[in-house]
Amino acid sequence: MDLLDNLALGFSTASTIWNLGFCLIGVLLGTLIGVLPGIGATATIAMLLPLTFQIGDPVSSLIMLAGIYYGAQYGGSTTAILINMPGESSSAVTAIDGYQMARKGRAGAALAIAAIGSFFAGTVSTFLVAIFAPPLTAIALEFGAAEYFSLMIVGLVSAIALAHGSVVKALAMVVLGLLLGLVGTDVISGSPRFTLGIREYADGLNFVAVAVGVFGVAEILRNLENERTREVLMAKVSGLLPTREDFRAMAAPIVRGTAIGSILGILPGGGAILAAFASYTVEKRVSKNPEEFGKGAVAGVAGPESANNAGAQTSFIPMLTLGIPANPVMALMIGAMIIQGIVPGPNVASEQPALFWGIIASMWIGNLMLIVLNLPLIGLWVKLLTVPYYVLFPIIMAFCSIGVYSVNSNVFDLYAVALFGLLGYILTKLRCEPAPLLLGFVLGPLLEENLRRAMILSRGDPTTFITRPLSAALLAIAVAVLVVVLLPSVRKKRDEVFVEEEA
Amino acid sequence: MNSLKIDPTNGACGAIFIAFGAFFAIQSFGLDIGTTFRMGPGYFPLVLAGILIVLGVVIVIQATRVAGEPIGAIAWRGALFILPAPIFFGLTVRGLGFVPALFLTCLIAAFASHRMKPAAALILAAAVTIFSVAVFSYALGLPFRRFGPWIGF
Repeated sequence: MDLLDNLALGFSTASTIWNLGFCLIGVLLGTLIGVLPGIGATATIAMLLPLTFQIGDPVSSLIMLAGIYYGAQYGGSTTAILINMPGESSSAVTAIDGYQMARKGRAGAALAIAAIGSFFAGTVSTFLVAIFAPPLTAIALEFGAAEYFSLMIVGLVSAIALAHGSVVKALAMVVLGLLLGLVGTDVISGSPRFTLGIREYADGLNFVAVAVGVFGVAEILRNLENERTREVLMAKVSGLLPTREDFRAMAAPIVRGTAIGSILGILPGGGAILAAFASYTVEKRVSKNPEEFGKGAVAGVAGPESANNAGAQTSFIPMLTLGIPANPVMALMIGAMIIQGIVPGPNVASEQPALFWGIIASMWIGNLMLIVLNLPLIGLWVKLLTVPYYVLFPIIMAFCSIGVYSVNSNVFDLYAVALFGLLGYILTKLRCEPAPLLLGFVLGPLLEENLRRAMILSRGDPTTFITRPLSAALLAIAVAVLVVVLLPSVRKKRDEVFVEEEA
Repeated sequence: MNSLKIDPTNGACGAIFIAFGAFFAIQSFGLDIGTTFRMGPGYFPLVLAGILIVLGVVIVIQATRVAGEPIGAIAWRGALFILPAPIFFGLTVRGLGFVPALFLTCLIAAFASHRMKPAAALILAAAVTIFSVAVFSYALGLPFRRFGPWIGF
């Protein structure tokens, strides 16, 4: 069977000592930084991204990057449970009941439940990726320029739908991101654009610099606004093993969470966050004692944690098959691929089978490492929480500077970090989400290229986008999403969800 | 009519988008626009810039209708020290060399927090520098000059 052959290739690629080592380093680094409160998975990956370029081999560096991703997510839940401060919006849900469990002295059990749920979800969704990626790739190979353009529109529109706050602002952020992505030499005509005469920006704004600035630096500034001491629930994390009742209480929510997460994760625009919320809502509804939720319900930890991990994994499907990022982290992965000289898209599976299947296999290995390593290491992570923030951020700034500079040895990239840090901070203060901007930035050049190609193929006839059936269907989806988001009733509901999240 | 009342958060937000849109639009006019059949380098950016300006205007109009939340505390001190740190590193990494540039960058960033004591900042910067030189310069072998020409080693 093809699937088994492919998986075998993947596992043999991922389990060389070299790649296992990078996976391990990635998982550990990701957890380490993910645990630190105030730094979410996206910022973590943005900051560690340059590090992965020091590895020459694209397979190893992407495996490490994927490891950082799961590690950071895992670390984020640890922080959410122990100090009620989610590093990431997707673990905001975990914080609700996880922190209550911790306050009742059941921190160990909560952490273990989160780990077991994540592992189960990770295993199932790895297989889902392996099963669904090849047929999707086959479809994607039929795509022409017009279809690609429409598909990217769907991705960008969905990113808007799932961003917090005002839809108009999110839309403006996407457009601004697209424009910033166009800075640099125009591929077709060779003329420089928007570089203000600075030759160093002729290759475009450095993706790493933009990501580090908008996510990393802006986040540090936000944390510096009001420095207060954190209350760490430190007493002692003991009793790691969940009781038999816990196991009984968590089994069904984990399965349901995995199913919800796997489906929603494929949606472009941050499915993992939505998945965690959806799972929490479902669990609360099906529970026999819904009044337990918010007071330390096991299902309230197990369901959302499984859902967000499943969603995190299946979000690799559009990235690997279509080259379209489903969330900012996938945008970072695509940026990493481009820097490593790989053209993201459906051809990756056929041209680089070892890379494609190696990443898929490494997802499962990474999850296994997390559960084996992190449960014993929890004590260490807890200690890390006591490191004061004012010690951390100078270290982060130093490493960011080295990292960004090491990508191209271009000092103008460092200036871009400061510039985008400032821009990111200002826009966050004005309640604009940075995620749509980054998605736009990555997709900008691709979108333009496909638009221009589609127009040349159709001899300047813009109806090509609606006369080609696949493209028309995709555009219809995009319009439908936009209309639904703008509907007053949905808008109200959406505001409620996000308000609940911030509470 | 109380059209003079503009919510400052959204007003500023819209203004920023309009300004960016205007910048990209003006720059695009300097490029070949082309036709829909053969789009020049200026075509797509011009369209996007137009959309951005419209969105900015919509946000400003919304700002006159609804009052948003206040902006909240601003990290002035943080911005004053954090943002120059990478710029300083960029300006000095070639001249001073990796070691002194990194040490000073870390030191500058450290003062962004009012909780940081000078002595602690020095120790922290020294520790980060030693660690980074060991890892990046020696172990990973990044091609940075440890001490640059300005120092005269």
